[in-house]
Amino acid sequence: MRLKINGAVRQFPGDLMLPALLEKLQLPAARVAVERNRTLVHRDKYSSVRLEDDDELEIVQLVGGG
Amino acid sequence: MVDHPAADSDEIRYSRQVLFEGIGKEGQQRLGVARVAIVGCGALGCFHATLLARAGVGRLRLIDRDFVEFSNLQRQILFDEEDARQILPKAGAAQQKLQRVNSRIRIDAEIEDLNSGNAHRLLSDVDLILDGSDNFEVRLLVNDFAVARNVPWIYGACVGSYGLTFTIIPGETPCLRCLFESAPPPGTMPTCDTAGVLGSIVSVISGLQTAEALKLLAGRREALNPGLQAVDVWEGRLQTVSLGPGSRRSDCPACGRREFEHLEGRVESNAVMLCGRDSVQVRPLSAGKVDLERLEKKLAPLGGVERNRYLLRARIEPYLITVFTDGRAIITGTRDEGVARSVYARYIGH
Repeated sequence: MRLKINGAVRQFPGDLMLPALLEKLQLPAARVAVERNRTLVHRDKYSSVRLEDDDELEIVQLVGGG
Repeated sequence: MVDHPAADSDEIRYSRQVLFEGIGKEGQQRLGVARVAIVGCGALGCFHATLLARAGVGRLRLIDRDFVEFSNLQRQILFDEEDARQILPKAGAAQQKLQRVNSRIRIDAEIEDLNSGNAHRLLSDVDLILDGSDNFEVRLLVNDFAVARNVPWIYGACVGSYGLTFTIIPGETPCLRCLFESAPPPGTMPTCDTAGVLGSIVSVISGLQTAEALKLLAGRREALNPGLQAVDVWEGRLQTVSLGPGSRRSDCPACGRREFEHLEGRVESNAVMLCGRDSVQVRPLSAGKVDLERLEKKLAPLGGVERNRYLLRARIEPYLITVFTDGRAIITGTRDEGVARSVYARYIGH
């Protein structure tokens, strides 16, 4: 499957749910915001999002310093 | 004969900003009567305060609980070595410096720890709240206040070479809790302690926040950035997540259900790890003035004690304990909140 993540195209074998993708990218779900095809995905919906070929994702990490 | 404005008039001072069409004369007038609270006067807050004071925002309230240290000088642009030697409170030092830059605006320094007990007093009567804080607990409190009272606020945070910001207009945009319902568990976030932080990312994020502030205050809301912006200055990456109206959560605890548990003090710790240092701040269970002179006498036999009119500092190995007049203490030498609470109880007492 072909996904565009933060502007870069990446290939993944087989079907992929959003939490599995975050795990592969080593990103903790609790502190990222995910936009899929220009729509924000609400956190409580992550587990029901089945990614599709050519999905465009922006994944932003939350930080707390300043 | 042509009348020239006086060299130190506002007309000359703000001329380059007024020439910029996004601000103009009308925008500048609006800035002059605007009131902004800056939460945190560390790395981000120093830039916010500098840029807004120079831009002529009429009234600034600087809120910070902390004091200047040498490890701040790498990125906290308002402070110098003398401030660190004198262990001056950040809000007071920043106020003094900026009042020399612009004596025509009013700058108030609030040397306090923002919490649910004083949020209504410290954050009231402002048009905007700028986030320059270093922890999530305060941000959730600011978010509750802003949503409850319908005040815009601009989130900003940095760590390492990375940072992000977004502008929250209650009732229009998603709020912080639409995106991140609760603070991540302690120890799960990279912090300035574990990952360090570059001054350059701080300048970028605070610059983005301040531009948003100027748009809001000058009455140019249509120019606000829709969404969240993230920047990594080391990797040269800029990301935008558009947060359209569909991004608001109807079941958001704050802007959906209007439950303000942080503002009401139902979710509040009394010991918080401080970003960038081997330190924990402890707040006493009840408010009250501490007699620093008396405390000095009490602690002097135990180790070296220094005192000025704002704070007392005692080195009691392996800890450095800094106590403020409002009873707060910063325990340096531990990252464990439980240890810090116990050190507080042992040497200061509730």
